[in-house]
Amino acid sequence: MMYEKTLSEHGAALRNRKYSSIELTQHYLDRIDRAAELNAFITVTHELALEQARHADRKLKNNQGTALTGIPVAHKDLFCTKGVLTTCGSKILGNFVSPYDATVVDKLNSQGMVSLGKTNMDEFAMGSSTETSYYGPVKNPWNPARVPGGSSGGSAAAVTAGLVPVATATDTGGSIRQPAAFCGLTGIKPSYGRVSRYGMVAFASSLDQAGVLARNAGDAALVLQSMSGFDPRDSTSLQLEIADYPGQLNDSISGKIIGLPKEFFGNGVDGDVADAIDQSIRQLQSMGARTVEVELPNSAVGIPCYYVIAPAEASSNLSRFDGVRYGFRAAGYADLNDMYEKTRAKGFGPEVQRRIMIGTYVLSSGYYDAYYLKAQKLRRMIADDFSRAFEQCDLIAGPTTPTTAFVFGEKNDDPVAMYLNDIFTNAANLAGLPAISIPAGFDRQKLPIGLHLIGKYLDESTILNVAHQFQNQTDWHLQTPVEIGQWRHD
Amino acid sequence: MSITAKQITHIARLARLKTDSEHAVFYASQLSRIMDLVEQMNQINTDDIEPMSHPQDMALRLRADEITAPDQRAAYQAIAPATQDGFYLVPKVIE
Repeated sequence: MMYEKTLSEHGAALRNRKYSSIELTQHYLDRIDRAAELNAFITVTHELALEQARHADRKLKNNQGTALTGIPVAHKDLFCTKGVLTTCGSKILGNFVSPYDATVVDKLNSQGMVSLGKTNMDEFAMGSSTETSYYGPVKNPWNPARVPGGSSGGSAAAVTAGLVPVATATDTGGSIRQPAAFCGLTGIKPSYGRVSRYGMVAFASSLDQAGVLARNAGDAALVLQSMSGFDPRDSTSLQLEIADYPGQLNDSISGKIIGLPKEFFGNGVDGDVADAIDQSIRQLQSMGARTVEVELPNSAVGIPCYYVIAPAEASSNLSRFDGVRYGFRAAGYADLNDMYEKTRAKGFGPEVQRRIMIGTYVLSSGYYDAYYLKAQKLRRMIADDFSRAFEQCDLIAGPTTPTTAFVFGEKNDDPVAMYLNDIFTNAANLAGLPAISIPAGFDRQKLPIGLHLIGKYLDESTILNVAHQFQNQTDWHLQTPVEIGQWRHD
Repeated sequence: MSITAKQITHIARLARLKTDSEHAVFYASQLSRIMDLVEQMNQINTDDIEPMSHPQDMALRLRADEITAPDQRAAYQAIAPATQDGFYLVPKVIE
């Protein structure tokens, strides 16, 4: 099927004129329309996409195309897109048409990629199920009674259902990797500073990082390479040469040392998930990788540490939404303060308000040392644990999530239960490390399971290489849910 | 750890979020549960640990003091809720 092709296959077909970008774009747009039930998109830019496709076809005809020219992409709705709605899944940005493009969007545009639209997400990327979106929840194509994960659930569902071949996403505590695991995709969060955050609506600035949701590691490597690189407009953007991710995919993984933290293999991991991860580790061993047990002794406090730091930064970042310069302004107010308070109370959903209040509380007078400073000290200890572990190994492996995709509403009433979804993912954000989730099997309900690989700082190449080699020997990533409209609902 | 509805009212005011007594009770119970989770941090002794505020231990980059962005006031104000004569309009703050 057309939608099962890799980006390299699409690229070759476009350059050899087997089909045009217009045909490819129309193919995916039709699929998006047919799969509206998934609610994967907030905005579909039909006309703009076809215009970009026509432009790409002209470039291809003149042999000016790159590896990505003419290939459709979708952007998580927190990347600013000039002239196109950017809602961040929130009512408060429900009318926000950005006057500029995010650097990520700009870079992929300049490669000639064709943007099909903006994908649904948890409001301000705060959530692990895409249920907090003001625009309604996204359904998991493997089973629409279940969540796709979050916060990048729209990007994940769209790629999984073949509505777009690849999508951008962001990850503050697991928002690329957890939906990748729940949807059976390859999702990579690069090292902090690799990809520019300019034009990304900020959630927690010391944790946020953009990445890719793709069908396989080769596709992820290709797009990540095009997205990354120094940007003077982001003060945390690293001035480094862009690594050759695709060029290192085919290296042998023989002799690579994989660290297995005992903290990732303990209680609380679902039996089917644990079995699939054990089997994946044995697969990697059979390919010549060695394993060593490592310790991440402070990982148990990763969640509480994260749920101080992320809300603290969010409460500061989200203070910009005041109903003055852009976005929603509530009607009927007595004075300036009343306007701020009504605009924010009506514009933000409950999860966002919870996190703003937690952040405000932990930063407030008398509590700063006990909570925020304490969390920053734990963050140092968690990062140091990784440095020590990486003295013994090249990468770290474990499950991405303790369970497979859960049903809608299951964790809605209990924010703490929802937060525990990030238990294995958020430490990589705290430490700034690159990490990837790749398909590693299915549970007995035929729901995907993700294998999580964490790399050394700036070493995306190793985790992409191991992921690609694993995918050369397994076919989990090639499995797709039933076609649009034939979904089961249980 | 228990957060009271009265504390929620105070926090909400600091965060510029309108709240009423019903909401304050709702958020008090939820934030109390979240703070119970946060309290788990105290299991670990952090004496003499240097706080880490950011993954990059480096000084912020400086750039030449040159104009790099063009004037886009009209484009930026076109998406504002209320403007007049190039200014953003807000309720009167000075009598």
